[in-house]
Amino acid sequence: MQSLTEKSPLGTYIEHIKKGELAYQVSDDGKAVFYPRAIAPVTGGNLQWRVSKGLGTVYSTTAVYYKGEAPLNVALIDMDEGFRLMSRVEGIDAMKVKIGMRVKFRAHPGDEKQPPYPVFTPAEGAK
Amino acid sequence: MSGLKKGSVAVVGAAESDLGLVAPNTSPVDLMAQGTMRALEDAGLKLSDVDGLFVAATQVRMGPMALSEYLRIKPRYFDGTIIGGSSFMTHVAHAQAAIEHGLCEVAVIAYGSTQRSVSRAAASPREYNYYESPYRPILPISAYAMAAARHMHQYGTTREQLAEVAVAARKWALLNPKAWEKEPLTIEQVINARVVSYPFTVRDCCLVVDGGGAIVLTAAARAKSLKKKPAYVLGVGDALSHATISSMPDLTVTAAVESGRKAYAMAGVKASDVDMLSLYDAFTITPILFLEDLGFCPKGEGGRFVSNGAIAPGGKLPVNTSGGGLSYCHPGMYGLLVMIEAVRQVRGECGQRQVPNCDIALAHGNGGVLSSQCTVIFGSEATV
Repeated sequence: MQSLTEKSPLGTYIEHIKKGELAYQVSDDGKAVFYPRAIAPVTGGNLQWRVSKGLGTVYSTTAVYYKGEAPLNVALIDMDEGFRLMSRVEGIDAMKVKIGMRVKFRAHPGDEKQPPYPVFTPAEGAK
Repeated sequence: MSGLKKGSVAVVGAAESDLGLVAPNTSPVDLMAQGTMRALEDAGLKLSDVDGLFVAATQVRMGPMALSEYLRIKPRYFDGTIIGGSSFMTHVAHAQAAIEHGLCEVAVIAYGSTQRSVSRAAASPREYNYYESPYRPILPISAYAMAAARHMHQYGTTREQLAEVAVAARKWALLNPKAWEKEPLTIEQVINARVVSYPFTVRDCCLVVDGGGAIVLTAAARAKSLKKKPAYVLGVGDALSHATISSMPDLTVTAAVESGRKAYAMAGVKASDVDMLSLYDAFTITPILFLEDLGFCPKGEGGRFVSNGAIAPGGKLPVNTSGGGLSYCHPGMYGLLVMIEAVRQVRGECGQRQVPNCDIALAHGNGGVLSSQCTVIFGSEATV
């Protein structure tokens, strides 16, 4: 069982994001796990880290309207490896993000308050 | 729920606190206490009769302590389970278990919120979550908006069908003197209102008002001797499926499937036996999902089911006769008020919005981001 005094699941995940990688975990039973955990769900066993190929499909999407700002996309992305995460599809009008759209991961650098985090861009035609 | 007995307990008192906008510096516990005394008065019971206390609120972290201190009561049994707006339905199950096992005799379930007075952000601060917060969803709205978007994509549910839910709620609210909203509403007005999180406009979203209340439960034998007609607890069921919307397995299917199955099994009734529904309408998509998941129409048909005024006054199925969270009152965790309306319908106290011959009313609570689902089926004397 992984020690939590040296490294946290989120800490490892952020290290990957800083290298431009979207990491996830795989359970003993072969299932993809996300968000990163110290203990495998269901089995209670160990988890192995993997790096995603970065391609996924929009499962659902919304455009958030904050006053005085352009509409902001928020989406749930189903990655090809079998896990889902919340993210944002960038480089396209928020209202034009559609369910079923193919998207590709990139690392957003974050800022002084927010560690880097994954975002997506359209990848039409990506299999 | 298996292990509990159909009709062993009843709601004998039910009351709202003051609703809408309360005076400055009113506390959530003031509203809980006011609701508790009104509900006890409704039952013909005294504060000193209360020996079981169930409290949940977003502004009071340790509810049972706060309300027992305020009222200076020493409940033998207490519970502060908090799973969002459905907490109070789960409290009913826990109160029933406690009463059946002799752990308490008179249980009060209480709630209070001043979210309109202090702002929603102050009343229900969100926890930071690395995996969601950077994307700035307006929670819980954006989570439900994504459930609606998925339902539209998968089943062809339309923007107009979502608006039907808000319009039906408004029509019922106009029959309820306690409702916050007093003006008629059209489908066009819903669709053309300010967009908050697409596909939702502000009219797809529940109210942000102050309010609270309480219900009182006791054993069936004692209930018969009290002031009002008992509303028996025929069945209860609850289920958790996730905490964050990213981890909800299928955004078009809720754990109401499971909570409903448990409640129906305990009550020995089916959807077609239910005379009215009180469904937690945090957003226009939620009654559509719950009508499907509780067996009133097939999966995917909820949007078509609510069309043409089907759940409005005069429609084929009375849903949210109070006006719901969309038009009557939504203080943040609305589940307690969802049950109060169902109890009143079973008692026949609803005046011009009364459902004729209402013997079985189903109250369904939802918490978090479609995360917790809890169903309570109430019945009149004729059903036990």
